[in-house]
Amino acid sequence: MIQFGSRPLLMAILLLLSALSIVFASFSGSISMDLPTWWSALLNPQSMDGELLWRLRLPRAFAAWTVGAMLAMSGCLMQVLLRNPLADPYILGVSGGAAFAALLGMTLGVAASVIPVLALLGALISILLVFGLARGSGPWSGTRLLLTGVVTASGWAALISLILATGSDNSLRGMLFWLMGDFSYANLPGWSVLVLGLGLVITMGLSRSLNVLSMGETTAKLLGESTGRMLWLVYGLASLLTAAAVSIAGSIGFVGLIVPHLMRLLVGSDHRALIPAATAFGGFFLVFCDTLARTVLAPRQLPVGVITALLGVPLFLMLLNRARLRGPES
Amino acid sequence: MTRLVCHALDLKIAAKQVVSGLELECKPGQFWGLMGANGIGKTTLMKCLAGLIPADAGHVSLDNQSILAIARKSVAQQVGMMQQHTAFVFEASVLQTALTGRHPHLGLWERESAEDLRKARDAISLVGLDEFEHRSVTTLSGGEARRLAFATLLVQEPDIMLLDEPSNHLDLKHQVSIMSMIGNRVYSGNRLAVAAMHDVNLAACYCSHVLMLFGDGEWNAGPAAEMFSGTKLERLYQCPVQIVDTPAGKRFHPSFDEAMN
Repeated sequence: MIQFGSRPLLMAILLLLSALSIVFASFSGSISMDLPTWWSALLNPQSMDGELLWRLRLPRAFAAWTVGAMLAMSGCLMQVLLRNPLADPYILGVSGGAAFAALLGMTLGVAASVIPVLALLGALISILLVFGLARGSGPWSGTRLLLTGVVTASGWAALISLILATGSDNSLRGMLFWLMGDFSYANLPGWSVLVLGLGLVITMGLSRSLNVLSMGETTAKLLGESTGRMLWLVYGLASLLTAAAVSIAGSIGFVGLIVPHLMRLLVGSDHRALIPAATAFGGFFLVFCDTLARTVLAPRQLPVGVITALLGVPLFLMLLNRARLRGPES
Repeated sequence: MTRLVCHALDLKIAAKQVVSGLELECKPGQFWGLMGANGIGKTTLMKCLAGLIPADAGHVSLDNQSILAIARKSVAQQVGMMQQHTAFVFEASVLQTALTGRHPHLGLWERESAEDLRKARDAISLVGLDEFEHRSVTTLSGGEARRLAFATLLVQEPDIMLLDEPSNHLDLKHQVSIMSMIGNRVYSGNRLAVAAMHDVNLAACYCSHVLMLFGDGEWNAGPAAEMFSGTKLERLYQCPVQIVDTPAGKRFHPSFDEAMN
């Protein structure tokens, strides 16, 4: 069960699942397509079905995949960074800053296309704030970072509640959707793909170091890591991935917490296998959830965050239970 | 081969002086026992020797270069340390954990070779954990976790081994076995070991040199034969010590009668 190194077969399966989920997403929706229609739409982007496919469904599916992948990767990194299995991408307040900025924008009635920019800005401000406060003058301290981040996140949460409580009723629905995560207006900016790609390359290069870091800072230092530098790098990378993800589709919960754990149960804790597996599965999982979110009650759309939790909770509990039943020998 | 030298070392933990003006030259082929009462600062000194924390004055050097000025990776290729506790948060197999000993010897994208895997398996079997190779580290007992920590140190193959209470949590058989393995590497392999220890008899059997910490920064160092005297041990532990001559050499134990009163 617990192995080290990469798992080519599993990776192939996860990538295939990802591809299939994107194809499936492009089939389904309030206007469903049969195979010939889908095929001709795929070949003729100018036709009406083609427009639907190429301008709406595929970009949305790709955005969902990228966001899922980024959140899952960020979750893996945060769990190592804080050496805490409960850590998720939002624990240090990145999404709080993004949400506050986005909601503030909605209250002020800025154009919908500006909201992601505001969200990104809010996330970056929160990252710098937490970094500045937690770093102080002393050396790296995980506890200090965790406390600073969690308290900052609470501060954002209070400001968000304030906006929700004082905002007008007709903007409330939009805000709620943003807070739960929603791809209705999402499009995929090129730079976020770059962030994901860069994140993947750096993380894979560092994955053996991540293994060592997850054994604790002292152990990592004794095994040759310059831990201070490395931990701030991990913090920066995880935060940037989260900032990119939330700026695209709001704070979608659960993916960043549950996917790393699911994959740890499946491939073990070696980050050389865990990171790519979590990235691919995170992407697949979110595309799948988003497809459900827009088809279950079609033509009504649900926030995708509702689906991720409703699917994720039982899936996770089931796997956790199976892992325990198999006993410590596994 | 590398020497570990302390020069005019002052080290404090909180308000407590661990050593002042410590001069120590540890060479390959020497097995140093670091002895002192609970809380006297043995672990702090070990950490300073490993370059994990800076000294208040003076320095620790490897081959005439301050250990703090050497890149961590290059330090880890020469110096390894078995810590007193290792807590595992995430599951990992015994084999996977032992393999982390190769980490300082591998490049950024490099994977463990078949040779590295063989080294890890050898070390695991040397400490008697072969059957646990695929077990998760979170399920190991205290003693098993210690043996795994030692195996990981063996896999790291450092010329200088720092060991913080290596025989802690171990049963008699494994206490002797771990000390013999360290001794073997020191005396036959011409390496250097510095071990914080509480067991006077184990130290007397295996160590060639001893550094004693008396508190308030006072210390005394020298060849084991000179250091294991009744007066020094009594000063060290603030407790009367009886010396028994056995065919295998001197053995030490507290005088229970006096201690009871």
